[in-house]
Parts: sequence; structure tokens; C-alpha cells
Amino acid sequence: MSKNRENSILLEMKNISIEGYSDEVWHPIIKGVDLQIHRGEILGLIGESGAGKSTLGLAAMGFVRAGCRFTGGSVLFGDQDLTKMNEIEKRELWGTKFSYVAQSAAAAFNPAHRLINQTIEASISHGISKTETLEQEAITLYEEMQLPNPTEIGDRFPHQVSGGQLQRTMTAMAMSSKPDLIIFDEPTTALDVTTQVNVLATIRNIVKEHNTAAIYITHDLAVVAQMADRIQVLRYGNTIEESETNKMLKTPKEDYTKSLWAVRSIKKKENKNKEKILTINNIDASYGSGPKVLQNVSIEVPKGGTVAIVGESGSGKSTTARVVTGLLPPDKGEIIFQGQKLTPNLSDRSKEDLRKIQMVYQSPDTSMNPKHTVRDIIGRPLEFYHNMKGKEYTNRVIDLLKMIELDETFIDRLPSELSGGQKQRICIARALAAEPDLIICDEVTSALDQIVQEGILKLLLRLQKELSITYIFITHDIATVKAISDEVVVMHNGLVVEQGMKSEIFSPPHPDYTKLLLSSVPEMDPNWLTKILSSKK
Amino acid sequence: MSKVDNQYSAKDEVASVFIKRTFLQRTFITLKKAPFTAWLGMTIIVFYLFVALFAPLIAPYGEAEIFKTPYAPWDEVHIFGTDRLGRDILSRLIYGARNTMGIAILTTLLAFLIGGGLGLLSAILRGWVDQLLARFVDVLMAIPSLIFALMLLSIFGSTALNLIIIIAVLDSTRVFRLSRAVGMNVAVMEYVEAAKLRGEKIGWIMGREILPNILPPLVAEFGLRFCYVFLMIASLSFLGVGIQPPTADWGSMVRETGELIQYAQYDITAALTPILPAAAIGILTIGVNFVVDWFLYLTSGLKDEQK
Repeated sequence: MSKNRENSILLEMKNISIEGYSDEVWHPIIKGVDLQIHRGEILGLIGESGAGKSTLGLAAMGFVRAGCRFTGGSVLFGDQDLTKMNEIEKRELWGTKFSYVAQSAAAAFNPAHRLINQTIEASISHGISKTETLEQEAITLYEEMQLPNPTEIGDRFPHQVSGGQLQRTMTAMAMSSKPDLIIFDEPTTALDVTTQVNVLATIRNIVKEHNTAAIYITHDLAVVAQMADRIQVLRYGNTIEESETNKMLKTPKEDYTKSLWAVRSIKKKENKNKEKILTINNIDASYGSGPKVLQNVSIEVPKGGTVAIVGESGSGKSTTARVVTGLLPPDKGEIIFQGQKLTPNLSDRSKEDLRKIQMVYQSPDTSMNPKHTVRDIIGRPLEFYHNMKGKEYTNRVIDLLKMIELDETFIDRLPSELSGGQKQRICIARALAAEPDLIICDEVTSALDQIVQEGILKLLLRLQKELSITYIFITHDIATVKAISDEVVVMHNGLVVEQGMKSEIFSPPHPDYTKLLLSSVPEMDPNWLTKILSSKK
Repeated sequence: MSKVDNQYSAKDEVASVFIKRTFLQRTFITLKKAPFTAWLGMTIIVFYLFVALFAPLIAPYGEAEIFKTPYAPWDEVHIFGTDRLGRDILSRLIYGARNTMGIAILTTLLAFLIGGGLGLLSAILRGWVDQLLARFVDVLMAIPSLIFALMLLSIFGSTALNLIIIIAVLDSTRVFRLSRAVGMNVAVMEYVEAAKLRGEKIGWIMGREILPNILPPLVAEFGLRFCYVFLMIASLSFLGVGIQPPTADWGSMVRETGELIQYAQYDITAALTPILPAAAIGILTIGVNFVVDWFLYLTSGLKDEQK
């Protein structure tokens, strides 16, 4: 580190500790973390959920969420200590010196105001410049963010632009007051891979061009490799390791960091099986009298294997699952399961048919009843399908918990007392309790951190081996597909683009869409984004 | 989470586990933080319940016992005097708690059973069932309920049973609206879909999947509805079609002793007599509202402002 850079420290957090209040007790969230950020530098903060990334990011602005408090340390910005300032003093800095880009742009914009007014709102309220000047600057920023029609897009309302455009507008909003430091809290996590590439590129360019410092919070290592100059790894509110990006990627020191890096290394040997458990023939489907969401979709699922259905949001992946489960009867076509035709409507299916096909959802938060305990959640299928009661019931629940690598201490917990990964495991156990032949996994890992994802994928693979279950795995994440599938179906706009063995799909020649999809997946190589962008030009 | 080893394990993932406390301990903690108004409300309710439950033990005389002097003044024998038939006012006040509150609670429960059940059914089934029920409820709600109740009671006769059924049906419209609205938000959740996929019957989905998640607003509504039902019974009794004599009831007591108010210039205590049952009604209504307010505050998730 050169001497010049030592002098350019913009913000320094020393031994910062933060506590959160819940259930009548204060408990530590951040346990004495040091953090430095230099002018014009992008610092990547990574770690699993609950590591304290977001709390630390916000603390850099001197902000703590409701129900949290600073208990020690200092946040030095110039010669001011942000932890000692009152709200009014801090408010002077927020929106001028610091700005924040949230994960969900859709939730962060006010749907009732035009984009441009929201973009410059903070700058106006701080009296940075005149409205006309700010509007002009905002248009320039839109241009730099490569938004279409930069002069006019500001007149639109949030619902009139796409998710990726909204996320870029939000970055423009953060840049409007020319801040010294921007905090990006998982800005691309909610976007499709093909959209993510462009947003990442524009964010990186604009931050570099304006020489703004940034803290980039994410759990996606490949993304942080593209964005950050320096990476800090957090776990349980402590810093595990911190160094320059290249050094960190090549030679991670700590075991924990190494295990993070190893996540993308699960590989499954593909198996070919002629025997089909499920055949979907020429399905057309639509919601109500709306346009067709699925057109002539035919998919074959081999017994005991995994078929991954890949595509962006809106491609019809989840609709296919709804058709198979009977939630959405198709307009045309048939579904053959274990050699027999399945009735299209859920309410006409027998209990036995329902038992054989189970579903695991994307978001465990909404797929488990928050008022039921783990015992009720896993136990209900036992009672419902297998008439288990009393001791047998409890023992089987404990067996299932052990199968998903948890134990009996979890049996009386409510979903709110579980972490994201544990919740998803309980959902898997609920599906297993029915002893199904086919499990449909709808984006089961996309809401989870990578290290937790890895755990879930390994679990699914092990269960498949032990119980010879068939999976239909719906995902938009190519790394996941590579990790667990035997066969792959690529979907786009309700059509099947390609179907075949994993090795066939991932080796050229590709149809155009598959090519775009594959090239958009971030890789761990820090120069990947640069390469991709230059190859597109 | 004190151990920081560097191996991943599903059991060690960070989750906020609540300290295991019994229901009693949790209740105690919540009660300790209750504001003064909530305590006042709870004290009032407990006092009323006590009086209602032990009415025969507390009351100095019987509910319909008639003494020689009608309109007796306040003295040691009859603390609040007697009414125009010579019945002890205090005893009737005490028995009134039992009758008025008992009927109000039964009516509210029935209203919730009808309104809540149909509301949830509407929320889950949607489609024509929902349309039919919701429009029917709209029609019922369009008619002023007091006048409607008066009409129905004069058709079917003013028995306690009719009173309960008629008011419950009329009041269930509001419960229907609420449970349908909050139920719909829950009915679209994935865990309800998961239950449907499992093949669960509608009773399970209503009672086990949706109901526990919409309980807080329903409990709050129960408190408020109870007040309205209570006031409605009192109003109907005051108008003469509610609880029938000789059963003691606060609404009809106000009517029966109302004329005493004109003797205020001769005996202030005589004028206060009709105020007593009216105050009994008013105080309970305020008490219940205090508790409901506090409960709504607890469950609305706006707790951060208190610090």
C-alpha cells in the first residue's frame, strides 16, 4: 500500500460495536470491526446472512436501524466522529456526503412520483444546487448509466421502467448529490443474470469516473470480484480476513474464506436414464383469459435424475411447475406420471397422487406457516398421508430432522427462530415426510447465501442418492444447474429453447439465447466483466 | 454463537432464537410494560366480571324482590333506593351486569362465528361464493342496524334468544368484512398453497393455516364489537324491545328510573339514580376500549416509537 493512499483515507471505523434489541435482551451484532475506506476505492463486504454486512454498511453512515445502538468504537469521517453526532448533524451529511442504494429498487421508489423528481429530491432539500441544474445533471447521469432515452425517462413513473433500469436510476439518484461515499446494499441480487451484467458495468464505470468511494455489500463472490478493489470478509460480526481483491482470490488465508471460494466447485456426474417418471406433452397454459404463458411445452423427466429448468423471470419455468402440480390446469396437452395420465385439476387428484409429487418453494419465509412449529410443519404430512401418531410421529420427525443435518433441539422452534438455510431445510424435510417420488424445487437456493446454497445442494444430492428421488429443479442460476443437474431444459418466453443432457447444453454450438444466458453468469475471474464488455463491442 | 470455527454447519447458522419462556412468563413481561390506561381498563373489566359472576353472593337482595316502598330514597337499607315497583336498585345493578354482559358476550361470539367463518370461506374460495356473500352483506349493511333490529324484534318477538340471534347476524356483517379482507392477504401465501397441494380440506386451511395468522386484528375487533353489541342491547332495552322485565338490565333501568331526574331540585340523589346504570354502561365501554387500544398497539408492529 503506497504512502499516498494512506493519506487519502475517507472514512475510518475503529473497533465498532453494535447491539440489537430483541426479546428483552441486547445482543451483539457487530463485535469490534475495523474498516477503512480510501477516496475512489470500492470496498467489497461479503459474508453469509446474519454476518452483519448491512448493519456495518449502514453504520458507515453513522446510521443504525431501529432497535439497534452503537456500543463502542468510532466512525471517523474527516475529523468528525459520526457515532457522537446527533440526528440533525448527521442528516446534514446524509444525502450530501453519503448516499445509499438499496437492494430492492422497486420497494425503495415512491410509486406516486416521477423518477427525475425522486432522483434530485435529496439534493434539492439539501440546497446543493438549483432545480434546473440538477435536472440537467440527472439527465447526464442517466446517459452515463446507459438508460434508454435519458432526456425522457425521468418523466416516467417507477412502474413504467424495468427492474434493471430502476436499479440504475437509483444509482443515479445516489450520485446526484456528488457524494463522497455510496453504500450499495446487494444492488443486483434481485435481477436476472442477463440484466445484472449491464447494471454491474454501469455502476462500476460511474463510480470510477466520478472517483467516488463505495462500499459494495453482497453475498455473491463472483460479483464482488468484478466490483471491488479490496474485499473484507465478515462472519458473526467479526472480520475474518481483509485484503486486495486479486490477493484475496488467489491466496485466501483463512479456512472460512477458502470454504467460501470453494462453493462453486460442486460437480455432479450426469447420469442417463431411459426410464421416464414424468412426461409433459405439448402443454399450453394461460392465466385466466390472458396471453399464453406456456406454448407447446414438452419435457421428459428421467426416473431418479435431476432435470433443471433454466430461464429468466417470465420465461414460464414456475408456470410449468404449477401445471405439473395441478394448481393451473393446462389449456391443452397432457401430463403422464409413472405411466398414468394425471388429472389436470388439483382437486380431482387422489391423495396418493398428491403425495407422490411434492414441492419446495423459493422463499421459505412464505412457504411455512409462521404460527406452526417445526414439529407441526414436518409432522403434518406424516399424520395426513401416513396416519402416524404419538411416539412414532415424534420419532419420525426427529429422524427427518437428522436427515437434513439438524437435530431434535429444533423441534419446538417457530420459523422466525430459524436462519434462511435452516428454514429451507425444514421445507425439504416437509417434502420428504410425504415420501414422494418427485420433488419440484422452485428456485430453492436463490434466496440464500452461497455457502448456505452449497449446503442445501449437497443435501439434495445426498438425499437423491439415498432415497432415489427425482428432482425438477427450477432456477435462473447457471452455477446451480452445473452443480446438480443431469438434464437441462432452457426456457424463454414460454417456449422450450433447448433440452438435453447437461454436457450437450453446456457445450457449443448454442442457440442464441442459451449463449447470452451462459455468457452472463459472473465468474470468479476479476477481469471477467471487462472481457465480456469488450467482447460485446 | 460464541464459537467461531471455520467450518460450515447448518446447525450453526445465525438465527434469532427466542429464550424459552412459558406463556405465563411472557404474559407477565407484557403486563409489566402495560401503560396506565391499559391497567385501568383491565381493572374495570375484571371488576365487572367479578360482579357478574358472583352476583347472587354480592347483591343484598334478589333480582326481582319487591319491597313495600316504591321510589325509596337512598339510605342504609336500600343504598341506591328502590325503583317504581319497589325493587332494590343496587341489587338490580349487580344482576344487570350479569344479564347485559352475558348476552353481549354470547351475541359477539355468535357474530364472530358467523362472520368470521363466512369471511374466511369467501377469502379462500373467491369466485361466485365470495360475490354472493359479499353482496348479501352489502345489502344488510345498507340498512341502519338499530332500525332493522327493532323491526326484526317486533316481528319475531323480544325473547333473549331472538335478541342474540338478530343482533349477531346484523353485527356479523362487519366481522365478515374484516376477516375476509385480512384472510385474503393470508390466503395467497405459499403455505396455504402448500396445504392445498397436500390435499387438505377447507376446514383445516381455515382453522389451522389462516386463522392463527389473522388472530390479532380479530381479537381487537372482538373487543370493539363487544362494546357496540353491548350498547345496542342497552339501546334496545331502553326502547323497550330488548331484555324483558323482570330480568334486570342496565338499558331498561335507565328507562324505568329516567323520570326521577326531574326531582333533582328536591333530592340530588334521586336524580343520580338513572345515571348509575348509564355510568355502568359507559365505564365498561371505556375500559374495554382502553384494553383494545393497548392490544392494537402491541400487535401493530409500531413498537419502536416507545423508546
